Order: sequence, then C-alpha cells, then structure tokens
Amino acid sequence: MKRLINLHPPRLPALLMALLPFVLVFFVYVTASNERLAANPDDKILPAMTTFSRAIQKMTSPDPRSGQVILWLDTASSLERLGTAIGISALLGLVLGISLGAVPLFSAGFSSFVASLSMIPPMAVLPILFICFGLGELSKIVLIVFGVAPVIARDLQGRVQEIPRELLIKAQTLGASSWTIVVRVILPLVLPRLIEAVRLSLGAAWLFLIAAEAIASTDGLGYRIFLVRRYLAMDVILPYVIWITALAYLSDRCLAGIGRLAFPWHNRGAGA
Amino acid sequence: MSQSFIEAKNVWKRYGGNVVLERLSLRIEEGEFCVIVGASGCGKTTFLRMLLGEETPDQGQLLLNGAPLPTEPDASRGVVFQRYSVFPHLTVLGNVLLGLELKAPLLGRFFGASRRKARTAASEMLERVGLAGAAGRYPAELSGGMQQRLALAQSLIARPRLLLLDEPFGALDPGIRHDMHELVTALWREQGLTVVMITHDIKEGFALGTRLFVFDKVRVDAQAPHAYGSRVTYDLPLHQSATPKLAVA
Repeated sequence: MKRLINLHPPRLPALLMALLPFVLVFFVYVTASNERLAANPDDKILPAMTTFSRAIQKMTSPDPRSGQVILWLDTASSLERLGTAIGISALLGLVLGISLGAVPLFSAGFSSFVASLSMIPPMAVLPILFICFGLGELSKIVLIVFGVAPVIARDLQGRVQEIPRELLIKAQTLGASSWTIVVRVILPLVLPRLIEAVRLSLGAAWLFLIAAEAIASTDGLGYRIFLVRRYLAMDVILPYVIWITALAYLSDRCLAGIGRLAFPWHNRGAGA
Repeated sequence: MSQSFIEAKNVWKRYGGNVVLERLSLRIEEGEFCVIVGASGCGKTTFLRMLLGEETPDQGQLLLNGAPLPTEPDASRGVVFQRYSVFPHLTVLGNVLLGLELKAPLLGRFFGASRRKARTAASEMLERVGLAGAAGRYPAELSGGMQQRLALAQSLIARPRLLLLDEPFGALDPGIRHDMHELVTALWREQGLTVVMITHDIKEGFALGTRLFVFDKVRVDAQAPHAYGSRVTYDLPLHQSATPKLAVA
C-alpha cells in the first residue's frame, strides 16, 4: 500500500468524488425539507423544490408593474458596481504597488501609510462613506475600493520586491531608465500577479458589495436578499445565494483563463 | 605610468565589522580576459559588484579610464550572472531585442523601420550564439546552457566595453561548459571586449583567461576570522592564445 500522500484518484472517480459533496448536501436538504413539510405544510424555512421553481419563475419573468425582470435587474446593478470597483481597485493597486515596490523614495514615504490603511476594517468606515458620499452608487464603490485596493497594492509591492535583483541590474546594464525598467520589466512581470491578487480579493469585494447593498440600495442581489428576509422568503434567498456563488465562481475562472492566455510564460516550470 | 582601463587603488570594503576586501590594488588593460578565482567568501563577488556599480568602496578608488566608476549599473558594463540573467516573460528573440529597446525613451520599444533593423540585428546575434532555431521559445523552455547563450547574446547586443561574468557556467554540465568556453572566447576576440570573469574553478580560469587573479586573505586571525579581508595574492599573466584546451571536469 502506497502512502496516502502518494495516492491519486483516476480521472472518472475523481470527477465523481468532486460531485459527491454537492449531491450529499442536496440529498440531506431534500430529506429535511420533506420531513418539515410533512409536519407543517406552511413551513417556510426549508421550501420544497416545487416552491423554488415557482419563486425562480417569478424572479425571472417580467414584473407586472414595472415590466422589468427582477433577477436580471439585480444582477446587472450588482455586477456593474462590482466591476467598476474591481477595475478601479486593480488599477490603483497596480500603480501603488509598483511605485511602492520599485521606488525606494516613494515607499519610504508611503509604505507604512498604505499598510495602516489596509488594516482599517472597511465596514467600520461605511457610515463615514454614507455621510460623505451619500447613499448612492459612489459610496458602495468607494467601500469596495477601500477594502480591496490597499490589499492588492501591498501584495504587488511584495511581488515587485521579489523580482530577482539580477534582472533589474541586467536591465540597467542594457541602458534602461527607471521608466523603461517599469514598463518593460516590472510591469509585465507583475501583471500575472495582479490577476491572481484580484482573484483572491473577489471574495472580499462581494462581501463589501452585499453589505453596502443590504444597508442602502434600491436594487442589487444583496438588496433583494435582505429585502425578502423580512418575509422569511427562503425560496428566493437560497436561489439568490446559489446564483451569487455561481457568478463569483465564473468570474474567478474567467480571470484564471485570461491569465493563462495572456501570460503563457507564467508558471512554466522554474523559469530562468 | 600610463592610464589603465580599470584600476583599483587601495580598495577596502566592510560589512559591519566584517572586512571583505582590504588594500586591494590591481590594473586591468583594455582587451584583457581576466579571471578572478578564490575560495567562497574571498570577496570576488563583492569586487564584481563594485565593478558593476552595485557597491562602492568604503576606502580607496575604483577607476574606469582614469575616472571614478559610475555608482550605478549602466550600459558601459554588461553582465551575465549564474542565474536570473534573462527575462522570463520574453521570448528568446524578445530578450535579445530588449537589449536594444530598453534605451528607447518613452515606451522602451521600437516601431516601424527601427524595429525591423533591431530585429535583424537580434536575429544575427542569435545566429551567432547558435539559438536561431529557438527564437520563439520562452527561457523556461530552454536548457541551462541555452539560457546562458541567450544571456550572452542579450548582453553583447548592447555593445558594452566591459563584460562581467559572475560564475556564468557554474551550473552547467562539463560538456556544455566546454562549448560555452569556446563561444565566450570567440565573442571576446570578435568584439574586442574586456572581460572580467569570476569562477571558483581554477582550471576554467587557466583555460580561458589571459590573466588570472587569485583573491585571498594575507592575514588570518583564528579568533576573529572576519577581522581581515582579502586582496590579490597572485596576479598571473597567462601568455597563451586563450583557446580552451581542456574540458573542465
């Protein structure tokens, strides 16, 4: 018998094993739901599958009054906020991170400041953002940027500092200026890391988005969940949670795919 | 006495209480192939870093053509390190092109006619070091020997007057090392370079150099091994054609 750490499942069993926990959770849910509904047909905590399909149908067909499909409306508003905020955070994090990592004069002045900034719990400043920027889109986006950008910046700062000094010396001996070193050496070397940093911060970004929408919004996935919570509408909440999870998972896979396509040299063995 | 290409005058280097180099003096003439050998920790790498401009002497003077050496690396001195000498995000051709393009001020890139000219020059250089067939590959896909060929090509296309080699063949197999010796000797002749190479392999030194420096400590205090630094203990002119005669074991 091989050691446990050397045992690898073949492809098909591996796929089945990956599916198993999902099937198991589904089975446990259906059993529990059936039992509760048998005891009380009006129970709202664990709705039956038919209740879900009715609720999903309602959320995905045009609303009789406004004519809008609520699920798409919520999804579009949430993704717009998230996309804008992530885009700004990535850009800000990249510029700050490279400046901090590559320019000692800049990092002497701002390294501790950015480190302290990234330690402030973003939710604690949410009231300040609402007071300063109002209850509109701006404060939600600022919240996400505030929570995500300093983390990305610090991560990239570390990545820049990990670049072997030999490469930076070599570039200088080829007649590079600080600027050409940044655009031709440092920037391309840390771009794949930026994608990884963004992927890792997606979870936090969703957290801040849903928190901000729960508190002050008129649409959005987080808003909807917290709205229907008042009616114990688990038949809406659970599909929304699964939908949010699917969106988050897909955006993560997309970013990973972009990284692989755009940076074919990255993660190819030990490297030069 | 006439002016030397490189001259070290009574150079000292300390790190804290650790004296690495003391009273180091030497002269190197243009066109020489100097090899520096010595035990680990003898300060040969420190000396190379000073020649690069990465370090400065604590005392004494380091002169290039009679003027103090610039205190940061620049295009007058090319370098090949043992590792991390090429850029992993660029193809083989891209790496050599970079040796020309980094001087372009705004984007570090050439466009149009100047780009075509640079590509031709880069392809010729790749041909010269025997990498023409690998132009589109990334460094991670190359063997150690090919990576060092690429590093040489990249350094030399920028036309440095002085080429510094920091144990460039230390990680290579003996057979490949022999090929690299032939290549580096040929390039040194063709381009009229001055080469300063560090190695811990004394046979390699004798095989390649026109001149061999040995760095060692003259004074040793067993109770305080770091109290004294190294200097040149042997300076051997090797009157030979500098063709590698032996495959180094």
